[in-house]
Amino acid sequence: MAAPVINKSTPASSVQSLTLGKALNLGLRTAMEADPKVIVMGEDVGKLGGVFRITDGLQKDFGEHRVLDTPLAESGIIGTAVGLAVRGFRPVCEIQFDGFIFPGFDQIVSQVAKLHMRTQGRVKVPLVIRVPFGGGIGAVEHHSESPESYFAHTAGLKVVACSNAVDAYWMIQQAIQCDDPVLFFEPKRYYHSGFMKAEIDTEATPEPLFASRVVRQGSTATLVAYGPSVKVALDAATAAEEDGHSLEVIDLRALSPLDLAPVFESVRRTGRLVVVSEAPSEASLTSEIAARVQQECFYSLEAPVLRVTGFDTPYPPAKLEEEFLPDLDRVLDAVDRSLAW
Amino acid sequence: MSSPEQWTHPEPREGPAATAAAPTSEQVIAGLRATSEGGPELVQLLTPEGERVENPEFDRYVADVTADDLRSLYRDMVLVRRADREGNALQRQGQLGIWVPLLGQEAAQVGAGRALRDTDMVFPSYREHGVAWCRGISPKDILGIFRGTDHGSWDSTAKRFHPYTIVIGNQVLNAAGYAMGQRFEGKVGDADGEATMVFFGDGATSQGDVHEGFVWAAVYDAPLVFFCQNNQWAISEPTERQSRLPLYQRARGYGFPGVRVDGNDVLASLAVSRWALDECRHGNGPVLIEAFTYRMDAHTTTDDPTRYRHSDELEAWKLKDPIERVRVNLVRHGHADQDFFDSVQAEADELAADLRDFCFSMPQPPTSQIFDHVYAEASPVLDAQRDAFLAYHADFAGGEH
Repeated sequence: MAAPVINKSTPASSVQSLTLGKALNLGLRTAMEADPKVIVMGEDVGKLGGVFRITDGLQKDFGEHRVLDTPLAESGIIGTAVGLAVRGFRPVCEIQFDGFIFPGFDQIVSQVAKLHMRTQGRVKVPLVIRVPFGGGIGAVEHHSESPESYFAHTAGLKVVACSNAVDAYWMIQQAIQCDDPVLFFEPKRYYHSGFMKAEIDTEATPEPLFASRVVRQGSTATLVAYGPSVKVALDAATAAEEDGHSLEVIDLRALSPLDLAPVFESVRRTGRLVVVSEAPSEASLTSEIAARVQQECFYSLEAPVLRVTGFDTPYPPAKLEEEFLPDLDRVLDAVDRSLAW
Repeated sequence: MSSPEQWTHPEPREGPAATAAAPTSEQVIAGLRATSEGGPELVQLLTPEGERVENPEFDRYVADVTADDLRSLYRDMVLVRRADREGNALQRQGQLGIWVPLLGQEAAQVGAGRALRDTDMVFPSYREHGVAWCRGISPKDILGIFRGTDHGSWDSTAKRFHPYTIVIGNQVLNAAGYAMGQRFEGKVGDADGEATMVFFGDGATSQGDVHEGFVWAAVYDAPLVFFCQNNQWAISEPTERQSRLPLYQRARGYGFPGVRVDGNDVLASLAVSRWALDECRHGNGPVLIEAFTYRMDAHTTTDDPTRYRHSDELEAWKLKDPIERVRVNLVRHGHADQDFFDSVQAEADELAADLRDFCFSMPQPPTSQIFDHVYAEASPVLDAQRDAFLAYHADFAGGEH
């Protein structure tokens, strides 16, 4: 088999202005150029470029053996990716929508997560499972879910969520380089949003993958969010400024392992914490954060940790999703309740 | 042999009939016969009476098997059975938490195991002690799973024998992926090609992962041999509870060859496995083998087969014993004398004694092992949890704890 000709995408400048979706595409392309063992697999990821076009053009440039249009079965995608990883490949699986990951749940929990420990570290499973997640796109059932807590709960998996284009570009490459399996959650609602376009310097040095980041400094209260909720938190912070409240916003980025040191540091200063997530709150990442913060910052807290989340219901029909999803008003209401405590 | 036409368009009268949704009594009887007697398409080279029967399709795959080789196959089966019986006994004495016996399946496993090359990859289920043996894995390396000290201690990369997989059917997809990798790397296409063999049981054929494994391997032309040991029982459920159709015939629906082999005939298992691997090496995979055999013992040591199957069934299968037919054949042709059989028995007893001593001296794993190798790249959160627990644990050092 002749090696496919790769059209190197080398722009004149190392800085490009890209949407979140295009940033992921470039990140994937860069990772595939750097390591011939990196392969992309999933439903419709080849000719079509994925239903969200995140893998657009990759099959054309890297060939059918590196960008696999797979049969339509998620357990098959994950299960064969495990075998390919055992063989020495670094598969990047695309799950078409968040709500379709569950047929692959068995392979993720039983094999992906446990193989490294089962083999006393002899077999690594360096695969990435990309999951477009979250709501706000007016979709039918199973297309707007936030299943990340299931995976953060599972030992052996690492879980991250990007919230912006710059992170998307770097984090996908770092996830691919990671020797552990990584669940990679992408805020699908912002894939092609013009306002999420960002200048990406491909020569820059990225931050570590498993590190949270203070994205807005403040002193009155702390907001913690990840994925699509980061924008909600930032918008809330901007609005709160008009009321004289200075909100600090932290983008978790890493969901497992959690990097909560910056959160603890922040809460020790502000004394108040509101956690924002689209996922239902019961037994979730937001519960974990609340528990850990009360344990570490008990004497600094001026109010209980509050959460603004999706409800403990199945995701509602699209006409109701704006009520279900955390928005600026609900976040500010929680901030007010915290301040009034 | 491997023409898809032959397998995807079988003659209506060839092989056992599929049963209908509301079968007539004749169809029911035909179906039962198909799943309990092997049916007319059963590939057999050595009868239960030890007689070598000709098979124009598969003879050539064992044409090179000498008397020495047959003695060696016999030895492997005896040793594997002895180690298995020792495992069972160790469980009964409380030394193992559980044992998964392979009694009765020695020929299927040794035949398949001996057909493999070092460069081939194997994905076992959890009863493949005989295949493990053929991969050069000591029964000692399996004991930890059942004593509760580890999840298997062999080097699955060096031995090309994946860890035991307990969730039924998972390994079939993992094997399909590995075999896809062999193909993507260009290791398939001639007699020196690589292949993968995956083991699963009759019960597993109902799992979605096995179906998906069939689909994936087929559409990617993966060099994968699906080796299904139909031992007639998935714990308490007979094969009739898993399928209307003889299992090997399922391959037709996926577009690749399926063969039913006498799983109690080591020579036939070797021949069919060599053929199937050869097809895969040349790029004609995948292939399904249904090894028609019988689980002579319980599902595991926690199981009680007297609750769901008749003892006369077991008695009937004892007459088809995989080891006895080779012994008879060797004797009949003067290829082995009593000294040979005595020496193999002595070797088997020595193996068992060694295994027993090893089991008794297996150390309690260190507490810290709970936290080892969860991640390839350290997790600070888990490290903190480990350090806190080990510090707590150390407080008891020298005390009553």
